[in-house]
Amino acid sequence: MPTEMILLLGVNHKKTPLAVREKLALSSGYDEPLQALAKVEGIKEYYLLSTCNRVEVLVSVEEGADVQLSLARFLFGDALSPEEFQKYLYCYRDSEAVHHLFMVAASLDSMIVGESQILGQLKEAYRFAAEKKCTGPILNRLLHKSFSVAKRVRSETQIGSSAVSISYAAIELAKKIFGSIEKKRVLLIGAGEMAELAAEHLVGNGATDVVVCNRTLQRALDLAKRFNGSAVGLDELHEQLERVDIIVSSTGAPGIILNRDDVKPIMRERRNKPLFFIDIAVPRDLDPALNDLENVYLYDIDDLNNVVELNKAERDKEAIKAGRIVDEEALKFKDWLAGLGITPTIADLRKKANTMVRMELDRTLPRLTSLSDNERKSVEKMAHSIASRLLHDPMLFLKSESCKDQSSMKVDLFRSVFDLEKKE
Amino acid sequence: MLSEVNYLLFNAVLLVSFVACSVYLVFFFSQKEHLRRIARIIFLSSGVLQTLYILSRYLIAGYTPITSQHEAVTFFAWSVTWGYLSFHWRYTVKNFGTFVSILVFIMLIIAAIASRAFQPLAPALQSLWLPVHAGVSVMAYGFLALAFCGGLMYLLQERELKSKRFGFFFSRLPSLESLDQLNSHCLTIGFVFLTLGIITGSAWARQAWGTYWQWDPKETWSLITWFLYAAQIHQRLTKGWRGKRAAVMAIVGFCSVLFTLWGVTFLLGGVHSYAN
Repeated sequence: MPTEMILLLGVNHKKTPLAVREKLALSSGYDEPLQALAKVEGIKEYYLLSTCNRVEVLVSVEEGADVQLSLARFLFGDALSPEEFQKYLYCYRDSEAVHHLFMVAASLDSMIVGESQILGQLKEAYRFAAEKKCTGPILNRLLHKSFSVAKRVRSETQIGSSAVSISYAAIELAKKIFGSIEKKRVLLIGAGEMAELAAEHLVGNGATDVVVCNRTLQRALDLAKRFNGSAVGLDELHEQLERVDIIVSSTGAPGIILNRDDVKPIMRERRNKPLFFIDIAVPRDLDPALNDLENVYLYDIDDLNNVVELNKAERDKEAIKAGRIVDEEALKFKDWLAGLGITPTIADLRKKANTMVRMELDRTLPRLTSLSDNERKSVEKMAHSIASRLLHDPMLFLKSESCKDQSSMKVDLFRSVFDLEKKE
Repeated sequence: MLSEVNYLLFNAVLLVSFVACSVYLVFFFSQKEHLRRIARIIFLSSGVLQTLYILSRYLIAGYTPITSQHEAVTFFAWSVTWGYLSFHWRYTVKNFGTFVSILVFIMLIIAAIASRAFQPLAPALQSLWLPVHAGVSVMAYGFLALAFCGGLMYLLQERELKSKRFGFFFSRLPSLESLDQLNSHCLTIGFVFLTLGIITGSAWARQAWGTYWQWDPKETWSLITWFLYAAQIHQRLTKGWRGKRAAVMAIVGFCSVLFTLWGVTFLLGGVHSYAN
């Protein structure tokens, strides 16, 4: 009985600190590690995933093969001693491994649950493994299944639809105001790290034309260069407000730098085109009364945090639904896998029955000389149906639930009852 | 025979519109994409049935069925439905259909309550101007009703964004920008039809009564409505009025439309109130 076992080993952001993950991350691409993995004895199919939050290796091995230690060695290299890596490493077998893979693909195991990047990383990793012919029938099917599970989770739940980081929340709000961020102009007041991050997200969503406005022009120029934008001094702020759409403010100024009365006349100049202010500075840069102006929307850091919290609660509800989908699909896959285990036995049994029928027919038919061709065929047919009727119930037993949990013992018993040859 | 078909058709219109409205509402709550497609198909069938109903009434009466309360409101619902469907073909505004289908259903209920009897056409109305004037006016009302729905949605969404408390509507309503565009789009079309309605009306008045304008309450209110919309469009073009102000104006304008349609007939009377 060639039963195969699926094994998944890895580390992720939940148990392993960044300092350790950094040492493990495969910076050199997938080629070399896959070659190294091929040398591990006993594994038949293998695949490797490395992202900034996780490193995982998924293999199929012959049952009983003890590859766990060598795989762990492969993962950790010389970075850690075995005692140390036991703390971080998780190891799943068979249905647990399938379940875990589906959870990862559906982005339920991610740091930001519901983010969509992981699926792309998974597909990329699979592409490398498949090109190098590292995967076989089991892993191919398993990984393809994981993609479709992720797709199903995405379409049947709203898990990916809510924004759970401040930048995402800002993007979501901007989309509700402007419809789309494409071709919108962004003004950064202050050139800090937060501003840079927010601008990155906005540009990633299609915003063009980044203008950086900063006290020191040099810093503004540096940041503007990153986004192919322009830099201006603080004294040009009012002028800029006439032509931008989204403003991200993050200066270290001790007080308000933009008052309601500053912006009011600007709205007339803008012909009331909406302005979206994002104030991520503490203390705040922008007058809270800005929000009272028509077609002006102001969100400060607390407002954004509230959006994030709200979305988290919503997302947790969706995650439960998604978890149920993953459970369901993992069970289906388990059935398929178990079916795979009994397929050779069924084939053997059929073959044996056919041989016996043929043998008996060959012995009997020559003696029945008075039979016409049609009658002869009927007899043959009858012999075959007796055999398959007799086998019907045992086959059902083999396929039944009680045999599905990989209990090769039952399969072995079955084989010895019918005296099928032992597994090679 | 035909009148029986006619009777059944209206009941079918009512039923199908109710189903469309319900499916749209279920979609609004659940946000399941396939429901939207079903709702759209049902709403389209409602539009087709409304057309058939109006045609059958035309065949029975022998004139454009737009004079009685029942007929006018049915025609109104028809123009809202087809105005929406024609829009839909150009671009989609998220969950707009839910609001429109509710409005259409309410109108059809009003039409159902009103007397469905066929009344002989008053001599003054027996003219080719009837379908032209009334048809154009009702088309105008249809688009203005769509602007009203858009305005309502805008105000709901704007309130969520300004108050920063995101409730039920936030994720379900489209962006402010698309609602504002919808507003300007519907108003422009509606305003053109409204202007045409008033022009054809005064041309007909000249022919029937010998004078272009006689300050009949309906005429006066049409003019008030026209000025309300003209002012709004003017402000949008010159000063960039948009957003909340435009949404409020669309709602105010539509109230004026409703008053012109019903208030004048029931409260003020005048030469336009033929059928009661």
